[in-house]
Amino acid sequence: MENNHQALFTYCVRLADNALVLAQRLCEWCGHGPILEEDIAISNMGLDLLGQSRALYTYAATLEGAGRTEDDLAFHRNERQFLNRCLVEQPNGDFAVTMMKSFLYSSLAYLQFRELSRSKDETLSGIAAKALKELTYHVRHSSQWVIRLGDGTDESHQRISIALQDLWGFTDELFEMDEVDRILIQAGVACDLEALRSEWNQMVEEVFGQALLSLPSVVGYRSKGGFKGIHTEHLGHMLSEMQYLPRAYPDAKW
Amino acid sequence: MQNPVAIDQRTPEEARIWELLNTIPDPEVPAISIVELGVVRSITVDGRSVDVAMTPTYSGCPALKAMEDEVQRVLVENGYEPGIRIVYKPAWTTEWMSESTRGKLKAYGIAPPPKLTFEHLHPLAKAVDAPVRCPFCDSIDTTLTSRFGSTACKALYSCHSCRQPFEQFKCI
Repeated sequence: MENNHQALFTYCVRLADNALVLAQRLCEWCGHGPILEEDIAISNMGLDLLGQSRALYTYAATLEGAGRTEDDLAFHRNERQFLNRCLVEQPNGDFAVTMMKSFLYSSLAYLQFRELSRSKDETLSGIAAKALKELTYHVRHSSQWVIRLGDGTDESHQRISIALQDLWGFTDELFEMDEVDRILIQAGVACDLEALRSEWNQMVEEVFGQALLSLPSVVGYRSKGGFKGIHTEHLGHMLSEMQYLPRAYPDAKW
Repeated sequence: MQNPVAIDQRTPEEARIWELLNTIPDPEVPAISIVELGVVRSITVDGRSVDVAMTPTYSGCPALKAMEDEVQRVLVENGYEPGIRIVYKPAWTTEWMSESTRGKLKAYGIAPPPKLTFEHLHPLAKAVDAPVRCPFCDSIDTTLTSRFGSTACKALYSCHSCRQPFEQFKCI
């Protein structure tokens, strides 16, 4: 594959891995939600993300042209080959952690996919425009829970505060870019994440203000490198469950 | 906006195929057809082979495969050789549903989607929770129970007047 082609393949896999890993995490709630409606809501968000990842993997596999399929990309790569941000692989924790994680991811993904919906790559812009509508709902849902928990009881406020404290160290990493991004930004295909940082800060501060939450002043840990395959220990465990069936039974058909 | 090929530009054969596909119910909301739902985007006929472009309502809609299989079955039964493509552009919107389709949803007990406004596209906008009319008793004394219903395309409400829970087709 020539440079741009190779870069676009990697770019799509990175986007797809974010969506798939968060989808898998959200769907771990299926049957365990705090109330029936929320159980359905979390699984629905997972389903949207799963659909987005499928479209992106399918496109990546086409770009690669090596005969791999969406399933090969999802189920036959190890954790060092997954290129998602470390935020999305973090364990669900309690409901507050899950909603905070969903809010932090979807708020930036909303801005990113809004830009990608104007990409010069027709297929990517089509997938992004579709995903954008879904992400709008995810931001709305998760932000309202962050506000409700933050401006709720003493216990809910404490739990969502801890969630923010624990997850904030993963947010810098969301903006990391490399040569892949630079090649594609130049070509009008990808978007510059740095350019979205101030708008994203405004968005999260608006929500945290209503939630009576303040940004952590001390962050003990800052993740980096998920998009290059450097992960926290949680991803491997998650993949071993997610990939078990197609690896144990390679001939299994859905 | 309903379909890329204006209705009056369809050949008689294309029009016949549109009618055939219009008999296929949405597997999750059988009160309307897949054509009324707006997921069939274009039909192009070349001899016996028929190219059908379809678009998902939501990226992860599990019903899309069932819809594709039905299109395949109906076209083969009618002597065609179908080729089905999935397209993402333009992204599906509830704006493609006609007034008559919205009426069918209401008669089936699902509140039709409201008209798309600025607020629907901006996640932190407030005005999006405008009153929703109960499809059973027409009261607007209703509350949102959950933004997500039994399928990706619906939200859950309850009506305080007739005390019925109901679903609303989400506006996207």
